[in-house]
Amino acid sequence: MPTRKPKAKKTPKKKKAVARVPVKTRKAVKVVDKVMKGSKGSAPSKESLFGELEELAKYIQNAKKEIFSLRPDEVKDDFLPTASDELDAIIEATADATNAIMDATEIIEETMSGLDGKAAASLMTATTNIYEACGFQDITGQRITKVVSTLKEIEEKIDGLLNAFGDGRPVKKKTITKKDKKVLSDEDLLNGPQSSDKATSQAEIDALLAGFD
Amino acid sequence: MAVDMNMKVLIVDDYNTMLRILRNLLKQLHFENVEDATDGTMALEKLRGDKFGLVISDWNMEPMTGIELLRDVRKDDTLKHLPFIMITAESKSENVIAAKEAGVSNYIVKPFNAETLKSKLVSVLGEF
Repeated sequence: MPTRKPKAKKTPKKKKAVARVPVKTRKAVKVVDKVMKGSKGSAPSKESLFGELEELAKYIQNAKKEIFSLRPDEVKDDFLPTASDELDAIIEATADATNAIMDATEIIEETMSGLDGKAAASLMTATTNIYEACGFQDITGQRITKVVSTLKEIEEKIDGLLNAFGDGRPVKKKTITKKDKKVLSDEDLLNGPQSSDKATSQAEIDALLAGFD
Repeated sequence: MAVDMNMKVLIVDDYNTMLRILRNLLKQLHFENVEDATDGTMALEKLRGDKFGLVISDWNMEPMTGIELLRDVRKDDTLKHLPFIMITAESKSENVIAAKEAGVSNYIVKPFNAETLKSKLVSVLGEF
């Protein structure tokens, strides 16, 4: 059987450079400090206070732009749910495989009851070892479940961020143009196994291939 | 006193594969009268409806966890002396202390092997 090549890591696609001023937290703090100091000491002039506040508003606007350029909506709506689904599929696949292994082991155990002596003893040890090893599914399942719940927490945090900075505006989703659809790189084709509910069936693939004839 | 190998053993875990592993390992140790439950609530219902000689329970389950099940078992006059083994991936000392304080008979950390299972059964039930 051919060995499966390890999947190549996807390199993140370069995003279009967005003209923006990077937000330096220290700078923003400096502006706030200036405003605060002005309000404590001698009364600042209306103009200077207005100027400082305008600067602060600019920083907040830039911060919002920076946050939205990270496409938190995409992270929340696409990346995180996809990651959770993939992890759930791992749990399901390992459970199925573990059950199949145990089905086979139980058959060996049944057959073993007709044997005596050394052969029976060594088969007994082997089956015990298999049952013990099958415990991996429980352990990995619990670990994966933990990761899934962490992803859900991140999703909630992003939700909070979107609500706080979103101004109630619907976030514009990236639309896929015809051009985008045509140009698929080799990396775009490395999607890994699909979940069983989304996967294309063998019959569908056969039909697709037949369409080329 | 000899261990009654026909006694009913209740195994509790929300992972069906783990239930199956436990059932098979117990069978190899000649405990064949095994029932299962997938959470504490179901386990408690079974324990109150029948006579069991041992409970082997996971900790991390919903809606009722293993430690909650243990506390309810120890509060129940008819069940309070039932041997109860916790079998869990929760290996922090605070977990073990909490389980001990709740009245656990013994504690097995996952992943475990058949030898550990047998030694804990012996320590709780006696030689068999």
